[in-house]
Amino acid sequence: MSRFNDDNLRLAKEIIGRYPKARSATIPLLHLAQQQEGHLSDEAMAHVAELVGATPAEVLGTASFYEMFKFEPVGRYLINICGTMSCALGGSDELLAHAEKVLGVKVGGTTADGLFTLERAECQAACTEAPNMQVNYRHCHRMTNELFDRLVDDLRSGRRDGDIPAHGTLARVRQQIPAERAVGPAALDDRGAPAWLPAKEVGG
Amino acid sequence: MSDTVKPTETTPQVASDPDAVSITVNGVEHAARKGQLLIDALADAGEYVPRFCYHERLSPVGKCRMCLVECDTGRGPAITVSCMVPVAPGMKVDTQGETTKRMQEGVLELFLANHPLDCPVCDKGGECPLQDQAVSHGPGESRYLEEKRHFEKPIAVSDLVYLDRERCILCDRCTRFADEVGSDALIHFAGRGNNTYITTFPDQPFASYFSGNTVQICPVGALTARPYRFKARPWDLRQQESTCTTCAVGCRIAVQSSHDEVLRHLGVDSDPVNHGWLCDRGRFNYEQLHSADRVLQPLVRAGDDLLPATWSEALAEAATALGAAKAAGGAGSIAVLGGARGTNEDAYAWARLAHEVIGTPNVYAQMGDGLPADLLVLERATIDEAAAASTVVLIGPDLKEELPVLYLRLREAAVKGRTRLLEFTPKLSGLSTVAWRSIAYEPGTLTAAIDTALADDQIAAQLASGPVVVVAGRANLAESSTATVQAVRTVLAKVPGSTVLPAFRRGNVIGALQVGMRPTEGGLDTRGVLQAAADGGIECLVLLGADPVADFPDADLARRALAGARRVIAVDTFLTASSAQADVVLAACAFAEKAGTTTNIEGRVSPVARQVTPAGSTRPDWMIAVELAEALGGDLGYDDVGQITADIAENVDGYTRVTPEALSAAADGVVAYAPTGIGPVALLAGEAPARSSYDFRLIVSRTLYDQAEGTAHSPSLAHLTTATTVHVNPLDLGRIGTTDGATVKLTSSKASVVCTITGDESVLRGTAWMPFRHPGVDPRELIDCFAHTTDLRIENP
Repeated sequence: MSRFNDDNLRLAKEIIGRYPKARSATIPLLHLAQQQEGHLSDEAMAHVAELVGATPAEVLGTASFYEMFKFEPVGRYLINICGTMSCALGGSDELLAHAEKVLGVKVGGTTADGLFTLERAECQAACTEAPNMQVNYRHCHRMTNELFDRLVDDLRSGRRDGDIPAHGTLARVRQQIPAERAVGPAALDDRGAPAWLPAKEVGG
Repeated sequence: MSDTVKPTETTPQVASDPDAVSITVNGVEHAARKGQLLIDALADAGEYVPRFCYHERLSPVGKCRMCLVECDTGRGPAITVSCMVPVAPGMKVDTQGETTKRMQEGVLELFLANHPLDCPVCDKGGECPLQDQAVSHGPGESRYLEEKRHFEKPIAVSDLVYLDRERCILCDRCTRFADEVGSDALIHFAGRGNNTYITTFPDQPFASYFSGNTVQICPVGALTARPYRFKARPWDLRQQESTCTTCAVGCRIAVQSSHDEVLRHLGVDSDPVNHGWLCDRGRFNYEQLHSADRVLQPLVRAGDDLLPATWSEALAEAATALGAAKAAGGAGSIAVLGGARGTNEDAYAWARLAHEVIGTPNVYAQMGDGLPADLLVLERATIDEAAAASTVVLIGPDLKEELPVLYLRLREAAVKGRTRLLEFTPKLSGLSTVAWRSIAYEPGTLTAAIDTALADDQIAAQLASGPVVVVAGRANLAESSTATVQAVRTVLAKVPGSTVLPAFRRGNVIGALQVGMRPTEGGLDTRGVLQAAADGGIECLVLLGADPVADFPDADLARRALAGARRVIAVDTFLTASSAQADVVLAACAFAEKAGTTTNIEGRVSPVARQVTPAGSTRPDWMIAVELAEALGGDLGYDDVGQITADIAENVDGYTRVTPEALSAAADGVVAYAPTGIGPVALLAGEAPARSSYDFRLIVSRTLYDQAEGTAHSPSLAHLTTATTVHVNPLDLGRIGTTDGATVKLTSSKASVVCTITGDESVLRGTAWMPFRHPGVDPRELIDCFAHTTDLRIENP
């Protein structure tokens, strides 16, 4: 729906400045776009392409490789229930069935109020804590149906806003690199390459 | 000593060459070149390794795994991707062993797990690398029972190319071509693993000038060209090698036809010219051959109508017109314009007819939209020399629009770091982003811009660092060609030893000029002829495939000239704005309907093949010249095109080596170069005036898809032409007090027109750009061909 807003555009340029080649900032900028909108719209990808000097097709090609980039709107909370071995043995199928019943959607669906999207995920690297699930990529260990119900209640009422921001926000603390330590062009209108980059690598 | 055996000791025959590397292929030793990829070395050794993703003109990616071989570098036999590994001394390669065979079978079985077996309805069937290699190297049967991938199909990724994702084997050839060669990375892989597919960005089609090449290099039937879809089966096609004459690059092509109808052009890999690539205009404009608008028989004027006539009637009519003109105003009142569309043989026969039989000095092959021919007398560079020079100075048009494959060659040279491009351009061009320095200048200040640039230490050092080639062409049709000539002279004076590659655009213009379609002593050039005609001084104007009313930059003068010429004879394939006004129209053969030779910008002469029967009763231009000479009581002495080729070799400066025998022996043509004998140069006196700050300086240049006859009569290309708008820098929109898309009034010293305005960042502030020969407003109305530059007042209407 939208390109970067003014604040995020400033941030985007700062992020580009951290890399010797603007294109290296593609994925961080896609995350920023997803943070602004909750998913990646065509306009946002076209804007990223413009900023990093790639074609929109290249940005789409890169983004579509990764599961964490969503191209359709998802709920404010993306629930991923792990279905791999340990969690399956620990009862993730039953948990998923319960989640479907509680939320009233099937796997892949989003609730009518736009709050929850339910997905089945592959291994989340928390096999000792089976069954595991994530809400916006925040782990919830050793889930039970009761814990799930309480979690949904808490999310609905906003009690977990402190530790689980809306979908798209990976972290609330951003890396800060002072402009003078940036390796790349801090401002887009001055897109020179650092001296140590071989001439044939420059550009793009 | 004894435990190290140097490979050179075992192969003494290559010991003298420091770049030679000895490898063993299936037990036999072969010499390879240092740095050569194993797959190429194996091909040189006579072992063709099957492949899908590898293409000699693209960087290797090792995606398809079809070229796996067993290779022992001293650590035991290992499975090796031969397109990704350079040869090493002592490599022992097995391409026939059981292991290699099993790997190849496995790879093909995997490809066919998803590839549909719809070969009987697939355009590629019969010439398909996947089909061929599945037969030659495949297992014959599959263990897969699962459903194959399904996608919506076909998808039009552009106006010309259709994509069938089910057939795609993800070899990365089209995407690599688009990114590396064509510079338009508008198609890309999306998704991951088994769900990977080729896609364009939504609402951004693969609108590349070079998209047809992806169809040609696709190793399966995933990409098909709209003009050719379901038209023929490969085994029904007859083909001949020929040379494209759409522009003056002279790309080698294979013309393919079925049932006497040209159905496809394929690029032929000519190392010094086109590397196998073609632009879409050259690839698809064969459609004009079958256009319903072709002139199929001679026409003679009766009042307001042009009525069909027999050849003898029409030739008699033309001879009468020429005779009457000569009687009324002498031979000097006859002018012959054109000849750049045909072959060298056409031009030579017509030049002899004009100069010897008719006796007029007023002959010219250019339409005033090119450059003074004296650029041709300068020391010439070849395309290869330009692509290998340390610096290329670009003074001329946007090569991407006018000479697309030359653009590809120079872009490649620049991107690979071999060559630095120093560009002088009035508007950002297709090469600006890869140029080492792109210097934008306002028309009228080119020489000053060059002086300033050459005074720069870095630029001077760069120019002194190695060979310099100047690519010189007409950047702006609203500016006199005098500016280009002066600019080239300035560069040549300051950079001694530099050579020139003339960026002339029209098909065989250089050949036509060289073989004689140029003024002799006291003769007029095109502008002179049109001026004389407008003043009533031309008794008979002969248009040899020339359309000054549509092509000459000064529309007003061209119109008055056609009205002022007493008699007009046209030799043409279509009724153009000019030939429709003729008294006699002699129906000419088109490309692929006649044989001969053509000369490209380097002076490379290569054969043009006759692949189909001429449409209707059309005749080649040379034959018309011969018969017209006869009707006028002369005799050119030709009854076969080969005689003319031999005659050119005998009589034309620089063409001594271009004999029919030499042409048939040389796959890449013969370079003919004659630094002398080109006619006078008409330069404008004085300097370009300074621009008033209220005005905009006009730039008019061509785009690839304009309303040229060949494009306009090819249905697949015709609709790619966009309507004329005037482009100014977005920052200038406010100054004019208008907005993007609004209507404005443009006033020059010649005329005033109303036109839509577009904000365009590639246009310099203070200048305005308009495309040449696009539908709608005609910028030529604004141009005065006797002025250095054209200034516009842009106002709200």
